[in-house]
Amino acid sequence: MRGVNAALGAAGLAGFLALGEAVPRLGLVEEDYFPPTSRIADALGTEITDPAFWTALGDTLTGWALGLAIAVGAGIVIGVVLSVVPYLREATASTIEFLRPIPSVALIPLAVLLYGTELRSVLLLVVYASFWQVLIQVLYGVRDVDPVAEETARSYGLGTWARIRHVLWPTALPYVMTGVRLAAAVALILAITAELVIGAPGLGARIAVAQTSQAVPEMYALIVVAGLLGLLINVGARSVERRALAWHQSVRGEVTV
Amino acid sequence: MRGPLLRLVFVLGLPVVLVAVWWAASAGSKDVYWPPLRTIVETFPDVWTGERWRGDVLPSVLRLAAGYALAAVAGVALGTLVGSRRRVRAVCEPVLEFLRAVPPPVLVPVIMLFAGIGDTMKIVVIATGCVWPVLLNTVEGVRAVDPVMAETARSYGITGAARLRRVVLPSASPQIFAGLRQALSIGIILMVISEMFAASNGLGFTIVQFQRSFAIPGMWTGILLLGLLGFVLSVLFQLVERRVLGWYHGLRDASRRS
Amino acid sequence: MLDVRGLKKVYEGSGRRIEAVRDLTFTVGAGELVCLVGPSGCGKTTLLKCVGGLLAPTAGEVSLSGRKVDGPPPGMAFVFQEYGRSLFPWMRVGDNVELPLRQKDLSRARRRELVGDALASVGLADAAGAYPWQLSGGMQQRVAIARALAYEPEVLLMDEPFAAVDAQTRADLEDLVRRLWRERGITILFVTHDIDEAVYLGERVIVLSASPTVVREQLRVDLPAERDQVHTRVAPRFAELRTRVYEQIQAAKRGAATPAKADMPPSG
Repeated sequence: MRGVNAALGAAGLAGFLALGEAVPRLGLVEEDYFPPTSRIADALGTEITDPAFWTALGDTLTGWALGLAIAVGAGIVIGVVLSVVPYLREATASTIEFLRPIPSVALIPLAVLLYGTELRSVLLLVVYASFWQVLIQVLYGVRDVDPVAEETARSYGLGTWARIRHVLWPTALPYVMTGVRLAAAVALILAITAELVIGAPGLGARIAVAQTSQAVPEMYALIVVAGLLGLLINVGARSVERRALAWHQSVRGEVTV
Repeated sequence: MRGPLLRLVFVLGLPVVLVAVWWAASAGSKDVYWPPLRTIVETFPDVWTGERWRGDVLPSVLRLAAGYALAAVAGVALGTLVGSRRRVRAVCEPVLEFLRAVPPPVLVPVIMLFAGIGDTMKIVVIATGCVWPVLLNTVEGVRAVDPVMAETARSYGITGAARLRRVVLPSASPQIFAGLRQALSIGIILMVISEMFAASNGLGFTIVQFQRSFAIPGMWTGILLLGLLGFVLSVLFQLVERRVLGWYHGLRDASRRS
Repeated sequence: MLDVRGLKKVYEGSGRRIEAVRDLTFTVGAGELVCLVGPSGCGKTTLLKCVGGLLAPTAGEVSLSGRKVDGPPPGMAFVFQEYGRSLFPWMRVGDNVELPLRQKDLSRARRRELVGDALASVGLADAAGAYPWQLSGGMQQRVAIARALAYEPEVLLMDEPFAAVDAQTRADLEDLVRRLWRERGITILFVTHDIDEAVYLGERVIVLSASPTVVREQLRVDLPAERDQVHTRVAPRFAELRTRVYEQIQAAKRGAATPAKADMPPSG
């Protein structure tokens, strides 16, 4: 069954690539706008021999990883503090509900003014966008803590720290992992956005340069790289999530929040 | 039971404190980038006049609505098609996973090639960026229809369109809404940056204009307005979701209690 | 009425071949209440799904009123064990009961009437506006039964419908099934692993062997039509029948434990 599915998937991918080759060749769309697969592959081949490409990839990954790390760290710490300190969760609920949906791209002009094309511009956008993903999942996870377990822990005189460590954290972990997975995808989107719009060095900036210099196949090649990067991050995050939770009775689906 | 007064304090307390702190800390600020909140608030009605609402805010919102609606319809329709055929799903899955993983903002330069810089470009950008989460979540939701429910439907002769409308789509709706929720935030991002890239009107365009001409308080009002727009859209989304998925939240609460 | 002849079902997948049902032949007369009982894992559900047209048999055939079953026939209704997953949680109770009727060519008023009548006869007349998950397990199964009744089937197939409810509720639901059967004259094929339940409910009990399933014995239950939980269950005849079925099932289990002689498919 698995083998059959993999074969079908490979066939689908091959068909997709062949379609990408055939459609411009047959003149269904203009080749200048949509180069055939082989020309994109050529351009990709040239790209990966260019050291500047690897620098750009490194820049993007730095912004992504650093931003994600800050967002995850802050999201977990703040989430736990909000849930553990009495009344803090209720007092902050409305503020979180207001701040969370603010699109982080609204901060672009501010980032430009404050930091120009520095890495900090990227970080501002990445952290703002991915922080909420983690925080919300942590809050949901903590809310899921079994009150009986919590009371048992209390009745045995476990302190706050021990309760966090042994009751709250294990329950919240699956949610945290979901939050990290979602945040990882969002962080990449915002890193590329910042580079594309602000011009901070990275893949996004390279795409913008390719666009303005009419280097269309190169632009597509870079987009393919961005897609592969996204795919790698998604698949990686999912497998980390699954491995980390293999012991857990329920690997949860996404929470609609 | 808590009194409504105390609840009000909880809801409004922190926001009021935060605004007050901002107000006080920024009062008399000489830093060009951080103008006093008072100045920003005073600038707001001057900047966002009726004309601006009509000329910039409305076009932005309309483009977002058009692109988002297109993505929702296409995503659910294609997702249902792909999700209900096992073979089709196996063939499409790797390609769809790749397309979803492409960070949507890179679509802007590509679609500009085809569609120029007009409204069409922006709507197409928003639609192509939003469609993937909706599509993939629909596929997942349609695939995961409970086998007992599917057999129940079959044994009572519920097939075809009735099955789709009354069994498959409702059963997938929690997943579909999770996708729509993700798509909404992507849509707002794309609305803004497609206007920052190339436009002659719209919220994103206006904010960048302010920033480039160093009209800092004006830029701040734009940031606030954009934040407000995000908030309002999210509230609207929640209202719709509560209505459509009322049964789902009830079911979840019921199974949590037991 | 319902004719099952030479029914055989073999599952084939990923190199393994599992013979769930070997060779089953039995009939259910019009208006009869027949219980199928067998050791757990003996392919009862497979059998019932073949009868209901939800699974295609490997060999043999099922016919309803002389017509071959090759898909869910309109004259049959199914009540599943998993009531929580068989009712649609996004529909209110009334809509759940009404849904199958929408497929039939009925006027709105007639549909309403059928729904109201069905809910009333399971004692849930005022629950039409509730969601299924707001009801207890026993009430949910009542809704599933009401849905089947409203469909006005000739044959009602019930697959261990009371296996997941508590004992008290179960007794009530058993009496409900007896009452509905007597009032409405429907033909019922009731699958269970519970011997007491089979004897208490059925007019006839068909004892199945362990998988691969064949009919081991058929017993006529000559208890009075008027049955109740207190007296019927202590009647000497009830005990005799029960013992008889029990022995048969024990024998069936032992049969499964001894090394199979002809169970393996011929090699080569």
